Amino acid sequence: MKQLLILSGKGGTGKTTVASAFIKLSHAKAFADCDVDAPNLHLVTSGLSTATCTDYMGMQKAVVDTGLCIGCDRCRKHCRFTAIQNHVEHYEVNPYDCEGCGVCVAVCPVGAVSLQPAKAGVLKLFCTADTVFSTAQLEMGSGTSGKLVTEVKKQMVNQSAGKAPLAIIDGSPGIGCPVIASLNQVDLVLIVAEPSVSGISDMRRILEAADRFQVPTAVCINKYDTDMRHSDEIENLCLETGVAFTGRIPFDPAAVRAINCGKSIVDVDCPAGDAVRNVYGNTLRLLEERSGR
Amino acid sequence: MPRTNTTIAVLSGKGGTGKTLLSVNLACVAPSSIYVDCDVEEPNGGLFFKPEAITVFPVSVKIPVVDEKLCNGCHTCVDFCRFNALALVGQKLLVFNEVCHACGGCTLICPQNAITEQERIIGRVEMGISGNVKVLSGIMEVGESSGVPIIRKLLADPATPELTLIDCPPGSACLVMESIRKADFCLLVAEPTLFGVHNLAMVYDLVRKFHKPYAVVLNKCLAEDNPAETFCQEHAIRVLGKIPFDYELGFMHSNASIAARESQKYRVLFSSILEAVLREMDR
Repeated sequence: MKQLLILSGKGGTGKTTVASAFIKLSHAKAFADCDVDAPNLHLVTSGLSTATCTDYMGMQKAVVDTGLCIGCDRCRKHCRFTAIQNHVEHYEVNPYDCEGCGVCVAVCPVGAVSLQPAKAGVLKLFCTADTVFSTAQLEMGSGTSGKLVTEVKKQMVNQSAGKAPLAIIDGSPGIGCPVIASLNQVDLVLIVAEPSVSGISDMRRILEAADRFQVPTAVCINKYDTDMRHSDEIENLCLETGVAFTGRIPFDPAAVRAINCGKSIVDVDCPAGDAVRNVYGNTLRLLEERSGR
Repeated sequence: MPRTNTTIAVLSGKGGTGKTLLSVNLACVAPSSIYVDCDVEEPNGGLFFKPEAITVFPVSVKIPVVDEKLCNGCHTCVDFCRFNALALVGQKLLVFNEVCHACGGCTLICPQNAITEQERIIGRVEMGISGNVKVLSGIMEVGESSGVPIIRKLLADPATPELTLIDCPPGSACLVMESIRKADFCLLVAEPTLFGVHNLAMVYDLVRKFHKPYAVVLNKCLAEDNPAETFCQEHAIRVLGKIPFDYELGFMHSNASIAARESQKYRVLFSSILEAVLREMDR
């Protein structure tokens, strides 16, 4: 299975818009949404079955047994995450701050602290006769999003059981742990860039991150006609640095209307839809070449 | 004049809805203010402010260092580490810095006292001045996985008597929680799309979960129906301002110009939003 991951660095440049169009155009048998703390791909995926949901257990969380606690203060003093508070009568762990390291358990002289399983999100699987869509929702304020991303991808690969030649993966913004986790095993990253000073700065950082993990990259521009000068700058930058450029998509009110009706932009007849077909063709050709299989 | 010693976090769930646009412009229309860019993975506030007199503060975390002469390969630290940051290969202990959470457990638990800690730089805080605004930006090194320590450093200063605007990262996970922790008020920016509404609903849950007072500003407003506004009406959420969908504003923003400093029209608009927020906080 070849994996195509859509990223952007900056948020809101059109990752999900491009991913949903690619899924339609390729008749993808396997796809995933790795933006686990703000997933949206399910909103523009038609004909979804009912999801099979599995609780995602993140890191365990410390719990203080107030009946055993002697108030020695060692757990609070040793916690690097200031997750343990000393209330007048008892010690309490703030589950949002606790990272589950187990130091408090190790230093407690009376065995009053233990680590307990904690739910950190829900893994969702939508299957039809021949397609697999893997996604998830992280709990608000939770950490360990990288681990959940790994679970989302693992579920997609396992469920499609080698039957899908191509997987389209919608990624998350930024360059941190969920993005790094999503890069694993990917054959090509398509970066959806935005023509602005911020967009270019963010694109440079995601290109550097992908490079760090030795994943081949390509770039396309969304809403290119909102700022031609910066669109040209992005294309030149790709040329200079040897990054493949796969096309420009215009700003298109019809595309916004399609998304707001829960459709992909290739479900309606519009200029953005035509442009994304071209980007798709170029990107897929590149995927064949780069992955060399 | 309403109070000024207050901290407002601007967040949205979805990326690209206008967090930086709103927080940068609100900071500019206050008589004096502090702008804090907590989007440490993709910080953009500095591109707009172009601050001067920049001071750089490195941000580091503690990582374990093994004294090979003292380590007898007993495996206690490897068994203890829940982040799989330590591995024993033959008799040699390896440390995987990128996954270490700096909990200090291995140092504490080693029976041979063979592990000490060393600082490792993961990013920096840049502080500078741009007119009436003190600009603080957190910047994570490319390749690092967690920006949480940088956000903690950004927000570590004790409360200042100035209006502070926090530009949050996208999403609703740990980075956002860390960014709103000290905020007195959360301002949610929403765009009129299906995605915008879905992610607004998520941060709406987040701010209620952390018992933060909140209100909404609608961005990219068009004449047609606004699903984000409908969501606010259905949930009785206060809408404190509307920013129009406007090519002129979009173009200023894409060129990293600050609308409130370039255009009287936008100075008036953002001033009225800031006044509405401060009034709302005093209710």
